[in-house]
Amino acid sequence: MPTTVPAYGEEAAERLASMADVTAGDSALRRFLHGLPGVDAVGLQARAATLGTRSIKTTAKAYAIDLAISMIDLTTLEGADTPGKVRSLCAKGINPDPTDRTAPRVAAICVYGDMVATAKEALKDSGIHVAAVATAFPSGRAALSVKLADTREAVAAGADEIDMVIDRGAFLSGRYLEVFEEIRQVKAACVREDGSGTAAHLKVIFETGELQTYDNVRRASWLAMLAGADFIKTSTGKVAVNATPPVTLVLLEAVRDFRAAVGVRVGVKPAGGIRTSKDAIKYLVMVNETLGEEWLSPEWFRFGASSLLNDLLMQRQKLSTGRYSGPDYVTVD
Amino acid sequence: MPVFEYAPAPESRAVVDIAPSYGLFIDGEFTEAGDGKVFKTLSPSSEEVLSEVAQAGAEDVDRAVRAARKAFGTWSALPGAERAKYLFRIARIIQERSRELAVLESLDNGKPIRESRDADLPLVAAHFFYYAGWADKLAYAGYGPDPRPLGVAGQIIPWNFPLLMLAWKIAPALATGNTVVLKPAETTPLSALFFADICRQAGLPNGVVNIVTGDGSTGAELVAHPGIDKVAFTGSTEVGKAIARTVAGTKKKVTLELGGKAANIVFDDAPIDQAVEGIVGGIFFNQGHVCCAGSRLLVQESVQDELLDALKRRMSTLRVGDPLDKNTDIGAINSAEQLARIRALADAGEAEGAERWAPECELPSSGYWFAPTLFTGVTQAHRIAREEIFGPVLSVLTFRTPEEAVAKANNTPYGLSAGIWTEKGSRILWMANKLRAGVVWSNTFNKFDPASPFGGYKESGYGREGGRHGLEAYLAGAAEPTSEHRGHLPPEAGGKGEGERDR
Repeated sequence: MPTTVPAYGEEAAERLASMADVTAGDSALRRFLHGLPGVDAVGLQARAATLGTRSIKTTAKAYAIDLAISMIDLTTLEGADTPGKVRSLCAKGINPDPTDRTAPRVAAICVYGDMVATAKEALKDSGIHVAAVATAFPSGRAALSVKLADTREAVAAGADEIDMVIDRGAFLSGRYLEVFEEIRQVKAACVREDGSGTAAHLKVIFETGELQTYDNVRRASWLAMLAGADFIKTSTGKVAVNATPPVTLVLLEAVRDFRAAVGVRVGVKPAGGIRTSKDAIKYLVMVNETLGEEWLSPEWFRFGASSLLNDLLMQRQKLSTGRYSGPDYVTVD
Repeated sequence: MPVFEYAPAPESRAVVDIAPSYGLFIDGEFTEAGDGKVFKTLSPSSEEVLSEVAQAGAEDVDRAVRAARKAFGTWSALPGAERAKYLFRIARIIQERSRELAVLESLDNGKPIRESRDADLPLVAAHFFYYAGWADKLAYAGYGPDPRPLGVAGQIIPWNFPLLMLAWKIAPALATGNTVVLKPAETTPLSALFFADICRQAGLPNGVVNIVTGDGSTGAELVAHPGIDKVAFTGSTEVGKAIARTVAGTKKKVTLELGGKAANIVFDDAPIDQAVEGIVGGIFFNQGHVCCAGSRLLVQESVQDELLDALKRRMSTLRVGDPLDKNTDIGAINSAEQLARIRALADAGEAEGAERWAPECELPSSGYWFAPTLFTGVTQAHRIAREEIFGPVLSVLTFRTPEEAVAKANNTPYGLSAGIWTEKGSRILWMANKLRAGVVWSNTFNKFDPASPFGGYKESGYGREGGRHGLEAYLAGAAEPTSEHRGHLPPEAGGKGEGERDR
């Protein structure tokens, strides 16, 4: 038996089922989540800040920049999105740097559900995934039936990954089991109906800026992982506070502890507000020193970002040519 | 090879210009020792000779004390606001030259640049800024309406935080109108000599600060000199006792900041990830060369396994190596002598039956190094639970109840610091009242601030440094405030300092 498995498949289901006693009812789940070790905010922030002082230079920097590019979920989530906009973003995802074809591809293109087919067609067999936000993104305020229909349509249109939002209202009012059940049902809705038995990967967004406390973030992380999340994700990018290093560190620690306790391995995606190479590298250091190098791949760590890519490309050009280029030497898409 | 190998990121040595030799700083001038004696100072990470420094003898110490005495009249007569200007100027120059000083400190001491840059130097500047602020407010400090300086202070500092300990000594002394003769540690004299240059840069009047370098004999001369009014010492308990004996029966006032064997106490409801960080920071910060280091981990038995697993995992990520590399977490042991002492005590730990563990880590071939080490199965009877190791060695003990934790934590001749890790606020307050330690940290460790008094109980010494309390050590007749005066003070300022109760 492998020591750890991803969060899908029979083995994972069995391992998650071994935790059934803590998810058997509202009070059991509450007791479990409230029994998790607390998070001391000052200490957490100090640790994240210290990791942020790591100095990543030369070869390490080149490695980190390429790795970061390959981990990007290149995102457009605007009311003004059009097929044209999505197609040009896909083109950029395939060839991020028009002057240097050695630049790696991004991990996924992240769009609203109605743009999945367009993105899928534009990406063809590039290997880049299409991620769709679902479940009444970004607020999560809709009936469960609507959220499930939203998910099914995106999966049917070809989405490889579903980025769902949790119901923060239910979470904050302590209805943890409701949030748990909702994630489980969305996970079930991710199964493709083409008879292949495969499923879109599920990323669960907490909107940590609305959960406010680190204790809440840790509880939400365990809740989502118990419910079968493939990835846990900080934010929608649509509220005032999005991914921060301390919040992401809580997610990473939760993933580390969950693997040790349950034997199921989950990915992490900070999203929103990560705009510079310097920031991205700090996150990679944090992954490296919290979860280890096993997580340093797009399969297990992603950045939800749009403007980050251009900064990474400019830094990449600087490393290869020795000169800074400028924003006119990367594409605006 | 790891996938994400951090490339070397060395801080440039070019920012610091170390002269091949240095004299003593007396009366505003660098001069040779009377008998021309010198000694070498090494970089402990490479054993490279950094410079040659004068060895002050009795005659040199006498010259320095006379210079300080001569300067005392004018300096103490200056209005506090004028003295403050010099201190503010020194603080600003330290900030401006902080990169240079950080590199120098890491070279001479062996500590990682991340710590000298992010901890030592900011705290040094902060200490001067803080006491600069007091210089013209001494009448409101709770030591009477017109507190007077003592005169000439003889100050002896250790090698673990050379420049920071200098700041702790010099800043309050000057703010209160004293003049000083300071002796830096034998293995780390350079930053004090650079500080002498800063005094000149700041235009500090000659003789207000004098620096005499040398070994223990220089310190003994200074302590015994009849011309000093005050001895301030930070260092080992053994030397501290010798100093107390020397000055007994004289008019000299003494403050001693000595060793420690602090307990870092982790309850089963602690924020575990942060507790692990606090334990690591508590004992491995500055290679464990910290008098208030959390060298005894007291962990509640019910979370022992979980905590030790997490601690070992975290220790495996510590990066030991070149102090000037910005990614180094643990630098070099300060001297061959200290390394030998750490080794001897660690070997004693093993011989006495404790279980030794250290993460795999490759140590450089030259210089003095010791891997971060953990001992489990330690009891109160083991030497490693009783003696100060002053190195990166953690002794793990367990307890069952809060009462037992307090009993074990206090069961030491020392009493400098303690740490409590629990999410329960009432327990923190209960513990803090029971622990006989000068500093009690809760859910953190090794946090310093110039506004916070620091000092020990029992064999950890007496007197307080830092904060309003730190002024008292440099003021004459520091008695209860007069009743007339008390009306202007916050209620707590009327009583003696917190740490005084148990003396």
